[in-house]
Amino acid sequence: MTFRGEARLWIAQRASAALLAVCVAVHLVTIIYAVRSGLSAAEILERTRGSPGWFAFYSVFVLAVTVHAPIGLRSVLSEWAGWRGRSRDLALLFFAAFLAWIGMRAVLAVFA
Amino acid sequence: MRQHPSYWAFVVHRVSGVALAVFLPFHFWALGNALQLDSFLAWTQQPLVKFGEWLIVVALAAHLGGGLRVLALEFLPWRNWQKSLAAAAAAFAVAVGLAFALAL
Amino acid sequence: MWRGGADGAFQAFDVPRQASQTVLDVVTHIQRALDPTLAYRFACRVGMCGSCAMMVNGVPRWTCRTHVDKVVQKNELTIGPLRNLPIIRDLVTDMREFFDKWARAKGEFRGRNTRQDDFAKVPPASPPRAQASAGIECIGCGVCYAACDVVAWNPDYLGPAALNRAWTLVLDERDRERTERLRAVAGDAGCHACHSHVSCTERCPKHLSPTASIAGLKREVAKAVVHGDL
Repeated sequence: MTFRGEARLWIAQRASAALLAVCVAVHLVTIIYAVRSGLSAAEILERTRGSPGWFAFYSVFVLAVTVHAPIGLRSVLSEWAGWRGRSRDLALLFFAAFLAWIGMRAVLAVFA
Repeated sequence: MRQHPSYWAFVVHRVSGVALAVFLPFHFWALGNALQLDSFLAWTQQPLVKFGEWLIVVALAAHLGGGLRVLALEFLPWRNWQKSLAAAAAAFAVAVGLAFALAL
Repeated sequence: MWRGGADGAFQAFDVPRQASQTVLDVVTHIQRALDPTLAYRFACRVGMCGSCAMMVNGVPRWTCRTHVDKVVQKNELTIGPLRNLPIIRDLVTDMREFFDKWARAKGEFRGRNTRQDDFAKVPPASPPRAQASAGIECIGCGVCYAACDVVAWNPDYLGPAALNRAWTLVLDERDRERTERLRAVAGDAGCHACHSHVSCTERCPKHLSPTASIAGLKREVAKAVVHGDL
């Protein structure tokens, strides 16, 4: 990858991090609230299904994760596993696509 | 050489990040099966699973705390108080972990 | 004390304890009184040149400025050559790669003016100059390079000293190679590989902060990429 590409990865990582900071904070609050209230599956789904706001929020959340997680793993793989180069980046691209698919599948199941 | 707070903050940040990257596909997959959510939620009542969930929440809080530390170091003007950021990140993770544990 | 090359080993010596003794005093005693074949570097012995940098109990330090009392553990000291550099022999490392990376990061001032031009007028308190001045006291001792784990994990990583120097030059309005320098320090071998362990800043005997300098480089590179200057 060129140094320009790597600089863009850094920007994408920090931007997605800032976005995720907000998403994670909201997610932690709602999850702790749901657990404390002892909500059942039906009760949870009742609140989440058909909610365009939550659908949008969690779609953004999932897409931010698909950017952030693979870029994060990139350094770990090169520094701790010695895996560098195009094959590593391709594998991470597949991982990102996989996360996007399985993540949006979850968002659709819970919020659509 | 590695006995300073910032280094441990890095290690926690990286290990929690890898743990989350491994956990998230399972999390998404389970949620994608929302129709079977009740039987899944029943499974999550087991103590070992609850402990695992608690670890995930602590990992998430720790990773967020560590991430905020990195963002502060990279974007805010350099000040000595930024050394305390590692401690702040740890405190945040513990707080969230306690909140979640108390809710369980 | 480490003896030999990369495949060497630690050798034990008994050294008399003195009051106000530095680790360099210990090494000097061993070479003069116990084993004249010991190879080590020093010059000023008063904390100005950085030549005596070594690993003391696993931590890179200037041995002339490290009192034995501060670091001795159970009456023992472990002394080795600086980490992350090839060992020539005993306590002496080959610092060429350290300085090659300095050059690769374009750590050299290239001015715009000639002797025909007037002096450049740079207010010392202007923010860029103040930031640059905070980083210019580096004497290239290699302690930060030895302390850095990313240097250990990533052979191409330019390292804290080279990047710190590049930052001081990026901030220098008299320098004409800003864009080339930002290109040189960007990427996996450059500033973007820094994970803010802050070990360099912790260990720097001149109390510089390569961490802050590298953060500055990250910001400047990002700006340049976004504006299409890179």
